Amino acid sequence: MATASPALPSPGRYRRIFRGLLIPVLALLTALVAGALVMHLSGDNAQDAYIGLFKGAFGSAKGWAATIRKMIPFILTGLSVAVAFKAGLFNIGASGQFVMGTVFSVFIGINFEGLPMAIHLPLAIVFGIVGGALWGAIPGILKVYTGAHEVIVTIMLNYVAALFAGWTVYAGGSQGQTPGPLWDRTAGPISETPDVLASARLPYLFDPSYRIHYGVFIALAAVVFIWWLIYKTTIGFEIRTVGQNMKAARYAGIRVNWTVILTMGIAGGLAGLAGAVETLGLNHKFAPEFGGQVGFDGITIALLGQTHPFGVVLSSLLFGALDAGASKMQFDSRVSADIIQIIQALVLAFVAAPMIIRALYRIKRLPTESESTSLGTSWGGS
Amino acid sequence: MEQIPVLEARNITKRFPGVIANQNVNLTLYRGEILALLGENGAGKSTLMNIIYGLYQPTEGEILVNGKPVQMRSPKDAIALGIGMVHQHFQLVPVMTVVDNVMLGSESVRCAFLNREAAAARITELSERYNMAMDPYALVEDLPVGVRQRVEIIKALYRQADILILDEPTAVLTPQEIEGLFAVMDLLRGQGKSIIFITHKLKEVLRVADRIGVLRRGQVVGEADPKTATQSSLASLMVGREVILEVEKSDAHPGKAVLEISDLRATTDLGDTALAGVSLTVHAGEIVGVAGVQGNGQTELVEVLTGLRTAKSGTIRIGGQGMTNASPRRITEEGQSCHIPEDRHAFGMVDGYPITDNLVLNTYYQSPFARGITVNRPAIEANAAALVEKFDVRTPSVHLSGGSLSGGNQQKMVVAREFSRPIQLLIAAQPTRGIDVGSIEFIHQQIVAKRDEGVAVVLVSSELDEILALSDRIAVMYKGEIIDIVDRDDATREGLGLLMAGVKEA
Repeated sequence: MATASPALPSPGRYRRIFRGLLIPVLALLTALVAGALVMHLSGDNAQDAYIGLFKGAFGSAKGWAATIRKMIPFILTGLSVAVAFKAGLFNIGASGQFVMGTVFSVFIGINFEGLPMAIHLPLAIVFGIVGGALWGAIPGILKVYTGAHEVIVTIMLNYVAALFAGWTVYAGGSQGQTPGPLWDRTAGPISETPDVLASARLPYLFDPSYRIHYGVFIALAAVVFIWWLIYKTTIGFEIRTVGQNMKAARYAGIRVNWTVILTMGIAGGLAGLAGAVETLGLNHKFAPEFGGQVGFDGITIALLGQTHPFGVVLSSLLFGALDAGASKMQFDSRVSADIIQIIQALVLAFVAAPMIIRALYRIKRLPTESESTSLGTSWGGS
Repeated sequence: MEQIPVLEARNITKRFPGVIANQNVNLTLYRGEILALLGENGAGKSTLMNIIYGLYQPTEGEILVNGKPVQMRSPKDAIALGIGMVHQHFQLVPVMTVVDNVMLGSESVRCAFLNREAAAARITELSERYNMAMDPYALVEDLPVGVRQRVEIIKALYRQADILILDEPTAVLTPQEIEGLFAVMDLLRGQGKSIIFITHKLKEVLRVADRIGVLRRGQVVGEADPKTATQSSLASLMVGREVILEVEKSDAHPGKAVLEISDLRATTDLGDTALAGVSLTVHAGEIVGVAGVQGNGQTELVEVLTGLRTAKSGTIRIGGQGMTNASPRRITEEGQSCHIPEDRHAFGMVDGYPITDNLVLNTYYQSPFARGITVNRPAIEANAAALVEKFDVRTPSVHLSGGSLSGGNQQKMVVAREFSRPIQLLIAAQPTRGIDVGSIEFIHQQIVAKRDEGVAVVLVSSELDEILALSDRIAVMYKGEIIDIVDRDDATREGLGLLMAGVKEA
């Protein structure tokens, strides 16, 4: 009951930022300590491991390059999940949207030989966004018109996307089954696409051996764009209002159904862009069962970043560094790189359940603060 | 002989981060008395009761039960000490029977199985002793509100409560049901139970209490004797200054019809009939009060009128334009209407948004608050600064969240937003529910001022006093119909009470 309150100071800008960083930083520290405990229990030297991890991620130009390279898809899928959270939606489908973005952009990238790069490359990127956006909009449409929960639908669509991508590159069988439309005919029995044409590749920055491509700028531009969209436009106001109080949004005349579909489309588009950038910049082709964890890491990254676009950049830096440093850690300290996944999982557990951190460090919630992201609201029905 | 109080609170102070909710509160309750606790919203009544019921621990001070200091860590401890609480929002499971609800948490068990018969027998015995007839095997969802409340009281008595805390028990009752509740309270007092009766309705306090305690800003500011106190003396004690209880207004000068409703029908979310053919015309410059016990279709009527619920049939015209099943935005824009919603937390505001954003909740896309699709922050801030000043929304900063305001200030914020654009129709649903006397006074004056500017006003309220104070005509709703429309001058409290209960005299 904050009603009989004497004058409360208005929380200043820096104080807000501090409060926003407090829980994620403590969650990370706690996870690192817990990780050290796990290593200690299995007889490893945690100190060596963490030093190796840090050196691997930041100790050399190559390390930095790897960290930045890994950040790119993390930023985009993290943004995807974060945007959906803003509208009170839980996008577990970044993985499938990433895959669809890849398929769409590779389709453009391996065809249309002779197009100038100025057209071919943007076209491939835009198709990646569109592929992901369509894949994201489907659960939005189903939620609005049938009440199907987006969590269930996006999980299912992840499988559909993975199987669809596998089919497109299917090499055909010995009994003469039809090969998939994107299969590389020169690849023999291997199921994979041809490399995208040079005119559709994102060029490398610096020396090609660093394998950093122009996708960095696309990712950072996406961060600024999404920040602007969410906090500086009427569309963002509508998205946030729907996320905070759907009834008040209806009262205010906001088209809630449209906003839900739009938000899922934007979220899907970002994950699709991640797929496009990763393929056009780095892998240049895909084979069945690619993509891996990156869509799901987006959930942790969005939560750790407090669903703020700039927070997503910071948490992507962390996750990029963890991934980049893992092999050096394993080499230096003989600690299995799997420990990194344990730490990442613990980070997720602690940010998803901030009560644990609040209780552990006795942080009180200010009466003026409200939890910005609630995983609970998403389950309350549509 | 000095009587030992059954309950005593000594120097209770409760601090929340940044807030002092109770400060040095002293309170005594004797056996067999009704102590009324009066206070505005945010005065600290709920915090104090939550301390007595074990939900909060006091920062300082102590609680004594029957003269002995006690430590209560949870309601379980309070119940064990014989303290029972009837919350304003009933804590019942609608799909379960009375006996299951009463047993919940203190099940009577026979060889690991529930012993419903024994519990039902005790409920019947209790209900007979205290004259609260009920069927132990009825489903709670089938029971009228008044009976549900009795189930709550029985629940407390079943747990052998000697001290009953009734939190705003009359808010949801008809005048007749309120009389019934008071009779039950009399009976309980006669049998040695002690009651703390929390309310902000002055008339009821004078009617039923033995002693009156008044809380203001977390402190006990006075005690009053109902034999000598008057409504206005209590009100000024509550607010700390003189309060005008009557709303001053001149006669209405109704103009052309602004809102025309014809044979409107709609259902609840569950598909039950909510509106069974409502027809009503509201003219410019008049206030039409819609009275009725909660749940007789008023909520749905407002929702249909504001585009939040679909009408099954019938027509709505606003300012001559057909607005049946129009979108909320079209009703706001073309219908030039505004809506003070019944539940401000659900509809009227976004608790997590700063006051600035709450004040443009439905105009954020219009000039000057938006330029194209970009939000114009300086204009939104200037708007907030002006409205907070004009409508006396008390806050240290417009950047604080709307949810951090007190109830009365939240409502003033909603009113400020809705009155900040030109309107021809005002739909106000429970505009002063749960807010302090000072804010009520202010909002009433604003509504009358709008009427005098020529706005057509629909006022839906379950507070008969509010309806009588503001309305020029009064429509009474019962079971989804308007069963009668009377002129204010012909209306009496008793007559309206009967109409609200569905009794229409020939």
